[in-house]
Formats: sequence, C-alpha cells, structure tokens
Amino acid sequence: MSWKSRTYTGWGRVHSATSDTARPERASHLSRLMAEAPAPALGNLRSYGDACLNDGGKAIDMLRMDRILGFDPETGVLNVEGGCTLGTLARIFAPQGWLPAVMPGTGFATVGGAIANDVHGKNHHHMGSFGQHVLEITLETPKGKEVLTPGTAGFNATIGGLGQTGVIQSAKLQMLACKGDVMMVTERRAENLDAFLALINGSTASYSVGWIDATAQGEALGRGILEEGETGAGLVPAAKRGKRVPFNAPGFALSPPIVRMFNNAYFRRVPAAGRTTVKPIDDFFFPLDKIYDWNKLYGKKGFHQFQCVLPLDQTEVLREMLKKIARSALASPLAVLKRMGPEGDGMISFPMEGYTLAVDFRNKGRAEDLIAHLGDMTAQAGGRVYLAKDALASEAQIRSMYPNLNDWAAEVAKHDPEGRLNTDMTRRLNLRGPK
Amino acid sequence: MSNENTWLILGATSSMARAFSRAVAQRGHHLILAGRDMADLEASAADCTARGAPTARALPFDARDPKSFEGLLTAMQAQTGTLNCAVFVGSMPAQEAIDADPTLITGTVTDSFTGPAELVQRLAPMMEERGAGTVVGVGSVAGDRGRLGNYVYGAAKAGFHTYLSGLRNRLTRSGGHVVTVKPGFVDTAMTYDLDGMFLVAPPEKVAQDILRACDKRKNTIYTPFFWRYIMRIIKSVPEPIFKKLSI
Ligand SMILES: Cc1cc2nc3c(=O)[nH]c(=O)nc-3n(C[C@H](O)[C@H](O)[C@H](O)COP(=O)(O)OP(=O)(O)OC[C@H]3O[C@@H](n4cnc5c(N)ncnc54)[C@H](O)[C@@H]3O)c2cc1C
Ligand SMILES: NC(=O)c1ccc[n+]([C@@H]2O[C@H](COP(=O)([O-])OP(=O)(O)OC[C@H]3O[C@@H](n4cnc5c(N)ncnc54)[C@H](OP(=O)(O)O)[C@@H]3O)[C@@H](O)[C@H]2O)c1
Repeated sequence: MSWKSRTYTGWGRVHSATSDTARPERASHLSRLMAEAPAPALGNLRSYGDACLNDGGKAIDMLRMDRILGFDPETGVLNVEGGCTLGTLARIFAPQGWLPAVMPGTGFATVGGAIANDVHGKNHHHMGSFGQHVLEITLETPKGKEVLTPGTAGFNATIGGLGQTGVIQSAKLQMLACKGDVMMVTERRAENLDAFLALINGSTASYSVGWIDATAQGEALGRGILEEGETGAGLVPAAKRGKRVPFNAPGFALSPPIVRMFNNAYFRRVPAAGRTTVKPIDDFFFPLDKIYDWNKLYGKKGFHQFQCVLPLDQTEVLREMLKKIARSALASPLAVLKRMGPEGDGMISFPMEGYTLAVDFRNKGRAEDLIAHLGDMTAQAGGRVYLAKDALASEAQIRSMYPNLNDWAAEVAKHDPEGRLNTDMTRRLNLRGPK
Repeated sequence: MSNENTWLILGATSSMARAFSRAVAQRGHHLILAGRDMADLEASAADCTARGAPTARALPFDARDPKSFEGLLTAMQAQTGTLNCAVFVGSMPAQEAIDADPTLITGTVTDSFTGPAELVQRLAPMMEERGAGTVVGVGSVAGDRGRLGNYVYGAAKAGFHTYLSGLRNRLTRSGGHVVTVKPGFVDTAMTYDLDGMFLVAPPEKVAQDILRACDKRKNTIYTPFFWRYIMRIIKSVPEPIFKKLSI
C-alpha cells in the first residue's frame, strides 16, 4: 500500500501539515494499513483548526471509502462507509423521504468526521448530536477491528473522540424521516440581543438557526435573523452549485467597513414583518457550500472560527462577548447564534444545553488575543469551546471545560496504546497526555 | 423489446469503474460488477442499488482465468433488454519490474487486452442477436505511442485499441456500438503514488465523459479532452527525434 507526501490545511487555512498519506479505496486495504502503520484518519478537512492535521506523521485519507453498504427503507437504517459525505446522503435519500438525522452547516463533512466531532445541526434542540443516531461503528484500531455499539465506553469515547480510538471504517446510522427535499423557511428579524433570545427561546420549529450581526453595537447589539425550517415536498429548481473562488482575496475584502455594510444590508434584506420562502434543502442546510472554497475569501493568512457554548443562564456573558467582538471590529459576516438541547453520551463531545455562538475572524494578531480572552470567558461561565473549530485554546482552558478528559484518555489508550493516532490538536492540547 | 439496460463492468473495483457504475445506476440500469475482490464488489453493488440500480450483482472475474468468463456470459444472457459492457481491467507493472522479469509481459497483456477481449468476443454474438448495446473499452494515451517509461503496458493498450476499432466495425452492422476511451492521467489507486503526474483528472470526470460519449455514439474519446491535442503533438514528433526523448 502506497504512501504519498501531502501538504494540507484545516478549513481555516492558518495551520498546515505535511503527512505521508495513504488513500485506501476498500476495507481490506484499510485493515492492512492499520496493521502495518496505524495513522489517524482524515475526512474532508472541514475542521477549522488542527483537529484534522498530523504534521510530520502519517495519515489515512478516507474520502475514497465512500460507499453506501445497505439501506432499509422500512426502518431508515443506513450502513455507510466512513468517507461518504453527508451531502451525498442527503442528495440520495431526501427524495426517498430520509435525511441524516443531524447535518452540520456543510454537506462536505464525512460520516467519520461527523462522528469524530459528534457534530450538531440546526435541530440540536430536538434531535441532539450526530452520535445519538449512530447504531453501530466498525472501527479499525491499531489492535485490529472492533465493532462498537451504544452504551459502551468504547462507543462513548469514539463519539466526539477526534478519531483517537481508531479509523471509522463504516457506521450504521438511524436516518430521520422527512417530507421531501425542500424546506419551508421562515425568517424573522430581532432588533437586539434580548429580542433575539426571546425569539430563539420561543421557537418550536424542527430546524432553527440564528444569524447574528457581530458588528452591531449599542442599541443594536446582538441583533440578528432567526431562520426556522420544516422539510416539505414539492418542486424547486435545483440550485446551481460548485462556484469556485479563483484566488486568495486581498486583505481589504473583509475589512471592517465592508463587513458592517454587508451585515446591515443582510439584516435589512428580511422585512421587519418576517417572511417565508421555499428552498431546496441544500440551500437551507449547506448555504456556504455553493461556493466551493469560500475559505479563500479570507486571503492567504486564513482565518479562525471561535465557537463556544454557554449555559442557558449565562446570557450576560454572551452579551459581554458580543460587545468585545463588536468593539474589536475583527468579525466577519459569518456569525451564528443557536440554542442547543441537552448533551449526549460522547465523553468529550462539545454540545451541551445552552447558547452556542460561532464567529469567524480574519487571522490577525489581535484576533488571537481576542479569541484567547473569549476562551477564558467561556471557561469561567462553565461553557465549552468546540474543538472542531479550534486552533488556539490552551490546555488549561480545555481541561476545565471537558472534565471527562482523563476518563476519555484512559479509554482511548485501550484502543491505541502507543498513541499512533495522535494529531496536531491532541499534541497541542495534550489531550491524551498523562495528567 | 423492453428498454431495460444491463451493464457488465469488468474490473469493477477500479475507482474509475466505481464512478461509472454509479452514473449508470443513477440512470436506473441493471449492473453486474465483475472482478477479483468479491468483498469489495459486494460493497459497490450495495452502493449502486442505493443509488438507483434496480439490481446490482457481484460476480467473480479473472482476466487470466477464462473459466471465470462462463458465469458472466450466463448471467448476461439471462438479462432482458439491451446488454452493455464496460472494460476497466488493466494492469501496469513498473517498466523496470518488467525489464527485470520479462515474463510479466504476458500477464500485462492478458489483463489489459487479451483477457477482456476474449470475454467481449464471446459477448458480441448476444449483442448482435439483440441488435443493440454498447461496449466501452478503456485504453490509454499510453497506447498511442511506445515510450521508454511504460511501453509494454502501452503495447497492450495499443493492441486493445486496435481490437476495439475492429469490434466497432463489426457491431455497428447490427446496431451495436463501441466506444474507445483513452484517459490521460486519472487520480486512481494505479497512479496515486506515481511521480511526475500532471493535469490529473478525478475519476468522476472520466465517468461523465464516457457516459456522454455513449449517448452521442462517439467512436474514440480522450478524457479529459485536451489529451487529444497533447497526444497529437506527441504522435507528430518524428521517430528519429522521439527515440532520443524520455518523456
Ligand atoms: C462551512 C462549515 C460549516 C460547519 N458547520 C458545522 C455545524 O453546524 N455543526 C458542527 O458540529 N460542525 C460544523 N462544522 C464543522 C464540521 O462539521 C466538522 O469539523 C466535521 O468534523 C468535519 O468533517 P470532515 O469529514 O471534514 O472531518 P475532518 O475535518 O477531516 O476531521 C475531523 C476529525 O475527525 C476525524 N476523522 C475524520 N474521518 C474519520 C474516520 N473515518 N474515522 C475516524 N476519525 C475520523 C479526524 O481525525 C479529525 O480528528 C462546519 C464546518 C464548515 C467548514
Ligand atoms: N489511472 C490512470 O491514470 C489511467 C490512465 C489511462 C488508462 N487507465 C486505465 O484505466 C483502467 C482503470 O484503472 P485504474 O486507474 O482505476 O486503476 P486500478 O484501480 O488499478 O484498476 C485496474 C482494475 O483492473 C483489475 N484487474 C487487474 N488485473 C486483473 C485480472 N487479472 N483480472 C481481473 N481484474 C483485474 C483490477 O482489479 P483488482 O482490484 O482485483 O486488482 C482493477 O479493478 C485500467 O484499464 C487502466 O489501465 C488508467
């Protein structure tokens, strides 16, 4: 089996890594690789920071392990290889009345990546995270093949476990029945944070997500648009997809005045009385995927996303964060506020009940300081930072946010005793280290 | 006659074949996936079924073992409607390996030319009888001119090209068709770790080009298309000069 040196980055393009990478196309190749030279899996590199990097080591690119191994239209149980993307699953199964139960904001995430980060979607408040719909995982570990089922320590260490227990060769997923492949989408404006939180708390929709204007200050602080959606059947012309950004955008493209102007227009686009439209499901779930490599819009130096979740009673901390972010004038138009439901079983999964805030920042020195500060505020408020987005948190911050870390590391060590599956992230944060 | 279609895919474990199988599955065609790695073929068969193939079956096929052809021919005969076949089989040992062990030539030629040709030859009468059907033969730009780097593989492909052109001449009389496909560099397991690759195409692109060629009844395609021009230049270099080049 062949290895090839490849240099790659996370979605934020701040850090890069060079790894000898293999790309198995079939299960038997993967087994052989893991027996000969165990290495962490790469999905579609949609994690922003260093979760998907292994600089100087080996890596296994899973994108060619992308087949549907079985589907039962009676029960909605799907058996699928780890490298299959969620967008592919939505495209194939929505017309048949089924969707992946949880879909993150990009359809390019793979099943393996979705499990390894226990991703959440716009329905977290009802359906929980991705791992809560996984019925079985077939794992290739440095010690051989394992089949994991819910309720076991191995399973709970694998859900949200950053690929550290092994490479997910395939998984059985419980799909969610849907009415069809279009969305009825309602958008409502909120003029400030209190109004926004009231809208969010009152929402009963199956899917909901808030766009927040991270540049608004004063009276308008925390203003935004709540988007709510229900699946439906009908005919909407398929969206044209696959535009590309031809080059790295120059620095001024996302400069503060332009972002403020954009956000203002984006906010006013929705009439004060709100509106309801019908969209293809892709447009609702994966709005950014239309431009294949929009991450280049941030220019050569890349960008960071900060995402945290704060307990429900910490809205004052949320307000303080928004003030700091708006004052910094570093935020991009991409900022999200959403309410999450109760946590699942992943030992170091991100989702917990509360409000999650995600904001993109251009990669500038000041952004790093701001993010470090926001991390401290999160830790003090009893919240968590999302490792799938992180490149900057400190070991101390993460330890205080994820109290099960030691138990997790002990369980992981049973599957990968020699630490062959470590990544840049697990090393930076000493996630598996003895402490 | 019904308008059902069946595709026999030889070398179905190749990622190029996988992409092509998915594309015909999406059109609602039946599939018989043939190759040596049965576990992998079963996985692809399930995948094709989920993507719209009314039936998709895995059957054993070894280009070097003509006994394995019987089962495929029987299975094809049992299908109703139009019979089609796409040949993705091929093997490309490093030229240095062949230089060290010239007996490898036979296997290379069998995998890339004579094995699949023998099977297709036995399928041809069934297609003639039904008065329809398409054979896709995947050759290679390497078959357009013998080069230092892979001339045994190239020779096998050149033989296959010539075979396909003759078969086209034959099948066209009964309403059938043959598409010769000459890929440039494609991002598959065969080339994953080779040096000096450029303009590498994803297998999905090649699959779409092949399908379009079938629809338009093209005779010979290069995929991606620009290889036609690259190869025109390479073929036009006079032999006295070409023999000194190492491209
Ligand atoms: C535009 C955009 C929107 C997003 N929206 C959301 C969102 O709404 N909610 C959310 O939760 N996340 C969101 N994300 C983050 C994204 O869903 C996660 O980072 C996800 O893990 C990416 O999947 P991937 O296949 O690209 O994995 P990668 O980023 O390549 O890898 C992530 C981790 O998974 C591991 N891994 C990957 N494949 C396997 C495998 N087969 N076996 C074992 N381990 C594996 C890797 O080792 C790594 O630790 C978003 C990302 C983008 C770019
Ligand atoms: N990749 C390129 O750049 C490129 C360029 C031009 C042409 N091509 C041609 O495209 C076709 C597909 O190749 P690929 O790139 O996808 O590489 P590949 O993965 O190596 O595919 C070769 C296929 O041939 C099969 N095969 C080899 N010997 C066989 C035998 N004796 N019996 C049965 N099956 C056999 C292999 O099956 P196993 O899985 O059992 O080994 C595999 O399915 C080949 O004909 C190749 O020559 C490729």
